[in-house]
Amino acid sequence: MFIIDCPWCGTRDQSEFTTHGEAHITRPEDPETLDDAEWAQYVFYRNNVKGWYRERWVHSSGCGRWFNLLRNTASDAIAASYRPEDPLPPLPEDSY
Amino acid sequence: MTRPLPRAGKKPPQKYSIFSLARQAMQGHQGWQAAWRSPEPQPEYDVIIVGGGGHGLATAYYLAKETNVGRIAVLEKGWLAGGNTARNTTIIRSNYLCDESARLYGHAHDLWEGLSQDLNYNVMFSPRGVIMLSHNVHDQQVAARHYHALNLNGIDSTLLSAEEVKEKVPLINIHGRYPVLGGLYQARAGNARHDAVAWGYARAADQMGVDIIENCPVEDFVIENGVVKGVQTPKGVIRAGKVGVVAAGHSSVLAEMAGFRMPLESVPLQAFVSEPIKPCFDTVVMSNSVHIYMSQSDKGELVIGAGSDNYVSYTQRGSFDLFDHAVQPLLELYPFVARLRMLRQWAGIVDVTRDRSPIITKTPIENLFFNCGWGTGGFKATPGSGHVFAHSIAKGEMHDIAAPFGMDRFSTGALIDEAAAAAVMH
Ligand SMILES: Cc1cc2nc3c(=O)[nH]c(=O)nc-3n(C[C@H](O)[C@H](O)[C@H](O)COP(=O)(O)OP(=O)(O)OC[C@H]3O[C@@H](n4cnc5c(N)ncnc54)[C@H](O)[C@@H]3O)c2cc1C
Ligand SMILES: [Zn+2]
Repeated sequence: MFIIDCPWCGTRDQSEFTTHGEAHITRPEDPETLDDAEWAQYVFYRNNVKGWYRERWVHSSGCGRWFNLLRNTASDAIAASYRPEDPLPPLPEDSY
Repeated sequence: MTRPLPRAGKKPPQKYSIFSLARQAMQGHQGWQAAWRSPEPQPEYDVIIVGGGGHGLATAYYLAKETNVGRIAVLEKGWLAGGNTARNTTIIRSNYLCDESARLYGHAHDLWEGLSQDLNYNVMFSPRGVIMLSHNVHDQQVAARHYHALNLNGIDSTLLSAEEVKEKVPLINIHGRYPVLGGLYQARAGNARHDAVAWGYARAADQMGVDIIENCPVEDFVIENGVVKGVQTPKGVIRAGKVGVVAAGHSSVLAEMAGFRMPLESVPLQAFVSEPIKPCFDTVVMSNSVHIYMSQSDKGELVIGAGSDNYVSYTQRGSFDLFDHAVQPLLELYPFVARLRMLRQWAGIVDVTRDRSPIITKTPIENLFFNCGWGTGGFKATPGSGHVFAHSIAKGEMHDIAAPFGMDRFSTGALIDEAAAAAVMH
């Protein structure tokens, strides 16, 4: 359970949001050239990191807009909340 | 903390029975041996199992008992079976939809029935029946579909009317906010004591010479030319001919050490228990559409399962709103629970696949095997999972029952879709 800073609305309870998994997975540029194993990596495989993780959230019970969180999955600490067009905030130095 | 009991040098291991119990009672229970040794790791083993939960310990047991792979060790990061094995709500059933699942969970179910005798340890397997409730027309259609699929696979299964549910579970409210329209019932299903399962496998494996090493996290793999040669731990490098990883929520972390990814996400799944009360709930009732399942332990506590969070987390604590979402339907279905205090609440980190089926597999690294992806429902499979994984490791080829569960299914498209059957909970 944590408090999330929506880049548009400000700080809200986590229960107002839903997550849609790992962020910055780009759709393959050349779909025809991918083999089955590469498709599987795109569709099913995830980094599932224990530590700092970039993920997509949507303020579903609020403004309805999408954004990204930089969250530590080992502690649930949040380092940054940023809009899709924002530059990537750097990974924090500490592991927590 | 109990003090470690002596396990005298060459004395044969104790067998548990009514006679040994009586004999020990006369001696004030001073003569019990430790259930397993706590050895220092040897420099090399033929097989190392990473992860001392129920599945890892079962794997070691069947490796020692039914194969001749040689020296075996189980390396556990913390204490024995402190992961999901200790945290689950112990529901055992085998009424899954797909043919592949019917074989895998059915195999486990068969082993449960003789497990206490096999291990000489009372795992308290209690086939008290499991009811899966239907609350709406869609639930009823899903139940009917399952019922027919199960019949075709020869798995015992009954469709219950709302009145029949009420007869089996007098304390349920079938006319509330979540009306009960019926249920899918498996009479052979039930539960078992989770700790006893892990301890029973550990003790029996130890008696056959398996080294069980606690507080020994694997921090890296030793890989030479694409072949695994051992593991790196705080106790040094331990070399191995083959390595089997059974690390549940931490499977992706271990895969990363070996240089590949898994089709998994690790999320918290919650449960809680009430104060102990007199026996009043003698079956297991699950409700897939409102995410609540309940049984009563032998101590009298109501054991209640909730849903899983949908964000990745390794924190072993779930979010409060999920707890809230579990309590609301709980009180609608079982109004008497409103007057009970809840004693404990916790979460385990479950490794979830997209098709909600486990992964039992070879990996891109030779002689390195993974058994994971059991997600929210692997306790029921513990004996079967260990059994087929042991034989796969020993032979170097996947056991017949395990073969469809390889990670290559995510590339071939041969998914084993139990999402509807399993939903959030098992
Ligand atoms: C709240 C909850 C309720 C559940 N209810 C049910 C249910 O009713 N029925 C059902 O069938 N299933 C249920 N499950 C699922 C079930 O608990 C799991 O699928 C099953 O216990 C997995 O067993 P395991 O032995 O693979 O995992 P675990 O018991 O988690 O064992 C994995 C072990 O690996 C160790 N490990 C991790 N990393 C390392 C490392 N680097 N080095 C060494 N060791 C490591 C961990 O410490 C852990 O002990 C539930 C789970 C939860 C959390
Ligand atoms: Zn917002």
